[in-house]
Amino acid sequence: MGLMVAALAFTSCNNSTQTSDKGALGSSAAEKVYVAPGEHDSHYAFMSGGYSGNLTVYGLPSGRMFKEIPVFSQFPTNGYGYSEETKPMLETSYGFVPWDDAHHPDISQTNGELDGRWIFINGNNTPRIARISLKTFETEEIIEVPNSAGNHSSSFITENTEYVVAGTRFSVPVPQRDMSIKDYKGNFKGALTFITVDPEHGHMDIKFQVLMPGFNYDLSHPGRGKSHGWFFFTTYNTEEANSLLEVNASQNDKDFIAAINWKKIEEYVNNGGGTMMPTEYAHNIHSDETHTATSTMKKEVRVVNPADVPGAVYLLPTPKSPHGCDVDPSGEYIVGNGKLSANLTVHSFTKMLDAIENKKFDGDAYGIPVLNFEDVLAGSVEQPGLGPLHTEFDGQGNAYTTFFISSEVVKWKLGTWEVLDRKPTYYSVGHLTIPGGNSRKPFGKYMFAMNKITKDRYLPTGPEMEHSAQLYDISGDKMELLYDFPTHGEPHYAASIPAEIIKDKSEKFFKLTENQHPRKALSDADTKVVRDGKNVHVYMTMIRSHFSPDNIEGVKVGDKVFFHITNLEQDFDVPHGFAMIGANNAELLIMPGQTRTLTWEPKKVGVWPFYCTDFCSALHQEMQGYIRVSPADSNIELSWSLGE
Amino acid sequence: MRTSLKLMTVLFAIALIGCGGKEEKKKESFSYEKKTPKTETTTKKEEAVPASKKVDLTNKGVGPITSVTLDAEINQAMADQGSEIYKKMCTACHRVDKKFIGPAPTGILERRTPEWVMNMILAPEKMVKEDPLAKELLMEFNGSPMANQNLTEEEARAVLEYFRTLK
Repeated sequence: MGLMVAALAFTSCNNSTQTSDKGALGSSAAEKVYVAPGEHDSHYAFMSGGYSGNLTVYGLPSGRMFKEIPVFSQFPTNGYGYSEETKPMLETSYGFVPWDDAHHPDISQTNGELDGRWIFINGNNTPRIARISLKTFETEEIIEVPNSAGNHSSSFITENTEYVVAGTRFSVPVPQRDMSIKDYKGNFKGALTFITVDPEHGHMDIKFQVLMPGFNYDLSHPGRGKSHGWFFFTTYNTEEANSLLEVNASQNDKDFIAAINWKKIEEYVNNGGGTMMPTEYAHNIHSDETHTATSTMKKEVRVVNPADVPGAVYLLPTPKSPHGCDVDPSGEYIVGNGKLSANLTVHSFTKMLDAIENKKFDGDAYGIPVLNFEDVLAGSVEQPGLGPLHTEFDGQGNAYTTFFISSEVVKWKLGTWEVLDRKPTYYSVGHLTIPGGNSRKPFGKYMFAMNKITKDRYLPTGPEMEHSAQLYDISGDKMELLYDFPTHGEPHYAASIPAEIIKDKSEKFFKLTENQHPRKALSDADTKVVRDGKNVHVYMTMIRSHFSPDNIEGVKVGDKVFFHITNLEQDFDVPHGFAMIGANNAELLIMPGQTRTLTWEPKKVGVWPFYCTDFCSALHQEMQGYIRVSPADSNIELSWSLGE
Repeated sequence: MRTSLKLMTVLFAIALIGCGGKEEKKKESFSYEKKTPKTETTTKKEEAVPASKKVDLTNKGVGPITSVTLDAEINQAMADQGSEIYKKMCTACHRVDKKFIGPAPTGILERRTPEWVMNMILAPEKMVKEDPLAKELLMEFNGSPMANQNLTEEEARAVLEYFRTLK
């Protein structure tokens, strides 16, 4: 027995040494991803959470997750979507929608380069666009997109962040009405929405919606450089099928890339073009001064019929059901990743302009001119793999395309269309990201693939596995697989940026002197408990390591207690938590200088404790208090104290 | 057989440890009396003055402030400004004339140098690590850390001027 155990121990030792030798010394991959304790990563990566509705923040090359930013989903970890201040962020024309399917993050740009001010992301299910501050890493604004359904070809930024653009995946009746589904063809519309971004505050406002034919608008990207002023959308289901799309939407040999000259439509709209259509959509803004979000219901939106603006919209035939629509750093090449096509199609912007100038049209679709495939084609990458989905660029004249079915990333050369390298992914890759890979200036050192299937890559965790990502070094001629790491939710795309562009601007705390919350308590003198009928407002402060007040009496069963709590700390990384026994919503995590409100409806007579949930100091366990809850008919007066 | 013997020994040892732990706990709960720690502290007090009562008018502390000149006359405008800052940033833990979470500021300049006071305001983390008096104070006040409220030097100077008015 003893011998066998010893032997086993030996064998396993030998094995592990051998593998680590191969991994570390054979390729030095370990060295390339190793970030020593206390050292910082060189890049941030912001991954969409897919069905988590949120955005996660990672470091590259380590693959360490730093933060989950709640965007479209309630987040009991810090009370987002539960606290009174943040609940308005999740209001929509459908009411309170505390979840979504978050897809495509994109970082704001200036002159076509990442400026690191904000990151935008789309809610796919209940069409919304969110803007997240890259100073506070918190969601500052969410705007709903009316007339849209399946907000998928979103949220991509023009080269000076003039617009964040949102396209509908599903076409629907516009305006919505009671009609037979079978009458889809010719009657449904696809809304492409252009939302302006205020250059100073980032505030979003819908400028116009282009009501396109009833196709599915899958993905999009802005023109840049020479093609700045245009926007490109892939389409599928140009058949306008309304059932069994996997067959019926795969009939046409070619679908389209829709090229939209938004500058032309902007000019048309500025001159009073388009019509105001009654509708409803929510616009929610959170303020760092009041620490409070407000929700406004907007009542109309400007819509534009593309046939009314000649020269603004063209259709570029693209084989078959193109998914990703990617524009190279120069703005000349528009890649249509035809999911069901053997070849990868690349259109030329110059050729497109030439064909338009010479009016070389091949008919029209609902009044929108269709260009000749051969007239706009720059070239195709011949049989590079199976099931192309997305392409990014390294800024060195190379493109990298993911192939879902053959589960690989293929590197190819712009202009010669030759395949240079291919590397497998594990498994079934969806999106890929190169930092700045969809801007004029990519930072082509790393590329990571976000995979749809994980299977055996990690220790099994039951039927549900987090999706895997793989990091590649692309600085050499050949791609080198460096590292595997799990992601959270289902990342559909990520935006990545060199850390030095944003890290020094990151806020450390909110200044108490700038706190404009209407129910703040900035010092002990401001703390109080006020009754307003059944509503009891507690103006409370917190600092290491006590609440003020921490003893409250005079609350009754049937009251609604609002804890308005201000964190008086003015130092980096000293949040405090607040948890009330029996609270039916969440806890709160309150940042230094911030005020947050939790509502609690006491149901039982007794003396009930509350405490700080964030281990804040050596005396964290002492950070607690009591509330006495008396029967509804009691006449005990409100009183409160600290240290008495 | 041998294995089982070994196992028995291990189990026995575990049992012993388990028993020992229980006994200790019992002792704790039985011997727990409020008076005991008090007598302990009084004996300590006989040996050493608590940090809050110690007078040290040469130690300038550790931090950004190396020299402060106090005018003979109190600058009332600056003291008023300091009083406002004190109210906003300090009263969560300090009361003017009584011990609260931390010590009272009244009379502080009879025990500490102005530099020490400003360093305690501006760099409390550094002070409790590197300054022997601040270290002792942290222990005297139950390990409750002084929060860094990120005052500017000018604001801390104003608070100091306000402290001069507290007598």
